[in-house]
Amino acid sequence: MASPDDRPPHELIPIDLAPRGDWRDPSVDFEARRGSWCYPGSVKALAAMGVANPREWSPTDADWRLPKDWKQTVLEGIRERLLKYRTFHVFMDACVRCGACADKCHFFIGSGDPKNMPVLRAELLRSIYRREFTTAGRIFGELAGGRELDEAVLKEWFYYFYQCTECRRCSVYCPFGIDTAEITIIARELMLLVGLAINWVVEPVANCHRTGNHLGIQPHTFKDNIEFLLGELAEVTGVRIEPQINRKGAEVLFVVPSSDYFLDPGTYTFVGYLLLFEHIGLDYTLSAYASEGGNFGLFSSHDTMKKLNWKIYHEARRLGVKWILGGECGHMWRVLHQYMDTMNGPADFLEVPRSAATGTVFEHAASTKAVHICEFTADLIHHGRLKLDPSRNDKLRVTFHDACNTARAMGLLDEPRAVIKAACNHFFEMPETTIREHTFCCAGGAGLGTDENMEMRLRGGLPRGNAVRHVRDRHGVNRLACICAIDRATLPPLCDYWAPGVDVSGVHELLGNALIMDGENERTTDLRGEPLAPPGATGGPTHA
Amino acid sequence: MGAVISLVAVAGLALAAMIAVGVGGLHFLVGVVVPGGAFVVCVVGLVCRVTSWGRSAVPFRVPTTCGQQRSLAFIRHDELDNPSGALGAIGRVAGEALLFRSLFRNHRVELDRGREKVSYVASKYLWAAAMAFHWSMLVILLRHFRFFVDRVPAWVELLQRWDGFFAVGLPVVYLTTVLFIGAGLFLLLRRLLDPKLRAISLPADYFALYLLLGIAASGVLMRHVEKVDVVQVKAAIVGWASLEAVPPVGVGVWYFVHVFLVSVLLAYLPFSKLLHAPGVFLSPTRNLANSNRRVRHVNPSNPPLEGRSYAEWEGEFRDRLLAAGLPLDRE
Repeated sequence: MASPDDRPPHELIPIDLAPRGDWRDPSVDFEARRGSWCYPGSVKALAAMGVANPREWSPTDADWRLPKDWKQTVLEGIRERLLKYRTFHVFMDACVRCGACADKCHFFIGSGDPKNMPVLRAELLRSIYRREFTTAGRIFGELAGGRELDEAVLKEWFYYFYQCTECRRCSVYCPFGIDTAEITIIARELMLLVGLAINWVVEPVANCHRTGNHLGIQPHTFKDNIEFLLGELAEVTGVRIEPQINRKGAEVLFVVPSSDYFLDPGTYTFVGYLLLFEHIGLDYTLSAYASEGGNFGLFSSHDTMKKLNWKIYHEARRLGVKWILGGECGHMWRVLHQYMDTMNGPADFLEVPRSAATGTVFEHAASTKAVHICEFTADLIHHGRLKLDPSRNDKLRVTFHDACNTARAMGLLDEPRAVIKAACNHFFEMPETTIREHTFCCAGGAGLGTDENMEMRLRGGLPRGNAVRHVRDRHGVNRLACICAIDRATLPPLCDYWAPGVDVSGVHELLGNALIMDGENERTTDLRGEPLAPPGATGGPTHA
Repeated sequence: MGAVISLVAVAGLALAAMIAVGVGGLHFLVGVVVPGGAFVVCVVGLVCRVTSWGRSAVPFRVPTTCGQQRSLAFIRHDELDNPSGALGAIGRVAGEALLFRSLFRNHRVELDRGREKVSYVASKYLWAAAMAFHWSMLVILLRHFRFFVDRVPAWVELLQRWDGFFAVGLPVVYLTTVLFIGAGLFLLLRRLLDPKLRAISLPADYFALYLLLGIAASGVLMRHVEKVDVVQVKAAIVGWASLEAVPPVGVGVWYFVHVFLVSVLLAYLPFSKLLHAPGVFLSPTRNLANSNRRVRHVNPSNPPLEGRSYAEWEGEFRDRLLAAGLPLDRE
């Protein structure tokens, strides 16, 4: 199939949201659906993870070379997880198929594929559960909504559970709070037991385990990159910052997603952070060992998540810091907020985080000892500790994309907005059914942000892209701010496709533009080296 | 397909009750033994099911947050949709159980292909029908309380009076009866007519609706068409409840159909999707507070896993670290 980039939006959009056919038929034509699935995990990465059954295979093969006893393994896996996770157990039983979730999934809205309705995505697994683990299903089989687990079903799982970004939007509308992310996490664990995984997940995991970050950046390159970025920053601002890496005795360990120091436009956000720290004189260090906040373990298995996350407290203890500050990243914060303390705590060797610049004690992080950079910065702004010139962002008309995880697994909604409003004069919200807890995924989360999956990404990106286009047309918005590393990687192609003319950046890039540093040059460009708008060109402040 | 099979099943059950009583004269079986058995199955089944959920661990605190978290003092947080403690979480669950708050958020997506536009239209019908259906069911259940006790309590009298406020018909037609049947029919039509709903509906979904509507219909026929002798019915039920069971005398077939379908419902409940009732209270995405960073949540079976240690990492990259001038733990 041709690359979706060659196909204009009006060809992708004739989507029929009135599904036909019987979903119980599991067959998926992988050959015909190229562009909507991801390549399987490489032998090397799977072996490095210690996963069962590493082998060369392709979803288009007839024989996926599953282990002989795969069915037994999967059923045993379900049995075990029903006892281990109440979420899973209750969600297998409680659904009434009311359909409230049906049109809440970005992949369904963008593809019209009925199995992308969250209720049916869950039924793919639930039907097996019913058949094998419930009285009614054992007796009445298909009549009770049961299905036999066979290879076709497993292949269907591989297709659809890697077509869910674990964004939890459906769970907002479900009267029982059924969270498809939980079901997808379990389904992916089950598949991993028999060697089914995608490379975009397992390779970052293997890299992260070995080098400390998803991109496989080794310590010397880590330092080189940061020095390079700080060199560019010095050219723009005249402010020279020394990199702080693996420094024992610093007050704060600062953890970021690795793409922030490696990939544009995350790099501008990265220098934005460091400019802020310089501005207030924060005593911090980065770590080349715990050089990844993101955690693709979340997208493969609970155990993998735990092992990767383990390094953060381990490094905080080794460096002797007092608390942890985390950069802008969605799923990283899902892990830091909802899993880290439970998995690898208690962090009793750290202190309750306290901002030296304002004296604020972050009581809400009293146990984890991890504070989100937007909380930290919003507090600085509130206390008037930052010298800001928002007019430097006047050429930007900004909207804000809530990351799925910070919105629906945390509730970090107003902190980033406080930062944007202090740093920019022109801020506009997208329609309210597409922001805050209703926010739409970038369609590249949970390990799906890979290029072979581009058609599905663009389809799933329709609701977000359409909302961006709406504010672009109505308010002239030209910048989409976000607080997620995956967003910074996946929203640019999404915007190019659905809302051309809108650029993507992190919130702290905008802050970095506005920060007035001691001894700085007169700024003629933003952190990207692009010219600032001429004074007075854009009129007075507008916050809509 | 599922819609037809289930209709046949429920109609068949009703017919079976009719034949058993009308032809077979099995009044005692249908009026006493079956409901007794069904009641036992229901109670035991529910206890088993809920304890089996309870036995499943809650390894992580994973609430779905639907509002601003409690973080900085100057940012107003949303305690109900993002509870910071037990009280807020109780409020949240109560809002779900009593008011169906999540369902109230519902909207419908519309695609305008010509303008390539996605829009979201508020859609409260499902919420309204669900509220009408469940609340009238509760009132109807409570009204039935008068059949189970000798002296009708004052609150039941009051409930009846309000419910029959419009004083239409003789005997009075209760508002909740109309609401229940109306909402039930709406929910059924939605399943039959909306293509999305048709695609996701299982036979069990239709079965539950037909069964409930069948119970309502037989009740209406008994009360308003057959005009059953309430005194006899009450005598029978009070007797049944006090384990001195006799089938009622001089009541028609609809009473037995009604009782039989209720029995089927009771016995079916623990094995069916009708189990969603306790599910509301046990759902970890709703009943846990978002206090994750303030109070540690303990996983009873936290596996003893460690990642790659710093020492091992430093060992592998020793030369690189040295060349880059980064500090080493082991010189």
